[in-house]
Amino acid sequence: MNSHKLSQWAAVAVLAAATALILAVLAFIVFFVLEKGLPQISLGFLLDRPRNMGKEGGIGPAIVGTLLLSLLAIAVALPLGVGTAIYLSEYTRESRLTKAIRFGTDCLAGIPSIIFGLFGYIFFVTTLRLGWSLIAGALTLAIMILPTLIRTSEEAIRAVPRSWREVSLSLGATRWETVRKVVLPNALPGILTGVMLSFGRSIGETAAVIYTAGSSFRLPRGAFDSVRTLAVHFYILAREGLSTEKAYGTAAVLVIAVLAVNATTYALMNRFIRRRSR
Amino acid sequence: MNLGSDRLAPRLLLAVACTTMLCLLVIALFIFKEGLPFMVKVGLGDFLLSSDWRPDSGHFGILPMIVSSLWVTFGALLIGAPLGIAGAVFLAEFAPQGLMRVVKPAIELLSGIPSVVYGFIGVMVLAPFIRSAAGGPGLSILAAAIVLGVMILPTVMAIAIDALRSVPQSYREGALALGATKWQSVRMVVLVAARSGLLAGVILGMGRAIGETMAVIMVAGNAVKMPLSALDSARTLTANIALEMGYATGMHRQALFATGIVLFLVIMILNGLAGAALKRGSLKRRARGR
Repeated sequence: MNSHKLSQWAAVAVLAAATALILAVLAFIVFFVLEKGLPQISLGFLLDRPRNMGKEGGIGPAIVGTLLLSLLAIAVALPLGVGTAIYLSEYTRESRLTKAIRFGTDCLAGIPSIIFGLFGYIFFVTTLRLGWSLIAGALTLAIMILPTLIRTSEEAIRAVPRSWREVSLSLGATRWETVRKVVLPNALPGILTGVMLSFGRSIGETAAVIYTAGSSFRLPRGAFDSVRTLAVHFYILAREGLSTEKAYGTAAVLVIAVLAVNATTYALMNRFIRRRSR
Repeated sequence: MNLGSDRLAPRLLLAVACTTMLCLLVIALFIFKEGLPFMVKVGLGDFLLSSDWRPDSGHFGILPMIVSSLWVTFGALLIGAPLGIAGAVFLAEFAPQGLMRVVKPAIELLSGIPSVVYGFIGVMVLAPFIRSAAGGPGLSILAAAIVLGVMILPTVMAIAIDALRSVPQSYREGALALGATKWQSVRMVVLVAARSGLLAGVILGMGRAIGETMAVIMVAGNAVKMPLSALDSARTLTANIALEMGYATGMHRQALFATGIVLFLVIMILNGLAGAALKRGSLKRRARGR
């Protein structure tokens, strides 16, 4: 074996080892959390309200709070995201304006969640007097997930073949009818992928939510009630050392939720790609 | 009716499309409005270059936090950048397509796991290990750097894989035709052609590391002092904001918003750099006739 072949072997071995290490870390994280957390999970744990600051009881209200907050954020951000994507891909050419919109989207995507938390606190909670509430948290999250929704929706819309639009237009449909009846239905799986990604991000978010939605233990009765999400509940349990067992249980629920969201996203994406290549 | 909605749609959509810029503007406006007067009043020198942070007695120096943020971020890059790029090169250049189909979703999963979970594992597993193996309190810059290094892997890898894939196949074929081995063609041609994109991935990973909050709060120890070694407990800029936001009022709260401004500017600069690197990469390729 000459030295070139040898260095080729060595290089590939090192690169493969790096990849294996990354996968091992991922596997460790998932298995560690599930192994410690799964025994803590029971129907009672999932449905019960936390008692004694979370040392006992379950995480029922936190699950409800997480779902409400995420769904509300998506409900606010989805029309904006899809609308922006339609405008960028169907109604305009590349111009200074589209560049500015894209730049704004990229910047928004890069802002750390603690800055969103600061902003949400000073704007929604204090200036608009919404208080620590479901609505303040959801609006903050909505701004945060907007870039993801715009990007995935635009990709999905651009993937719809140009000829389909031409056929629709040539049949006498207006541009808006074409968007509504041809482009959007065919871009739907791709848009849903973005929704799932945003959902996953909302579930795990802590820094932007803790100072906007608050951390009340109770079930919210309206949009202006404070809620505690799973991630916030977990953070408080772990950080204040209230209960390691309950923390592991909550972490396992979070990881399972993320696994489920990712699996759904992946399935959607595959279906989308298969349909495209047909 | 159709004509009406057809005339209305573009205008409505334009207004919607401007919301991101509007959001960005309002965010910047409110953070600056809250923090800028404080910066002016205290003076940039006493804010950025003093290491005396005692909010109750009116001392607001964030130098230790700036230094800690830098330590933690560079530590994370030291771990995350080589590992992420190596993984990306293996997946994009050497691994069979089937492996990519399995590994890609796994990497995405890594980015989906909440940061508090990373932090928790850092506390339960990593910190005790560091404490017993290397001494010190365990909750330290080293622990934070390792946790963040893993957390930035998805960012670094995703952008690196894109950059490697956008290198034209003809480059590789040219190198191979000249008698280069696969590794030589990757090292001397593909990596060089993709370097702007790889750099962009690393810069964005850096942005992610600087901005990460909850995981760092849990594993870095949060002591307000100038860190002297990697085993020291440290408090980053983000941790400082999140830890004291709950009870800060008046000047103290303004100081936290001013810290937010520093963070905001650093991230904007990093994003600008990453954007420029990506653009340079694609421009160069176009100039070469591709």
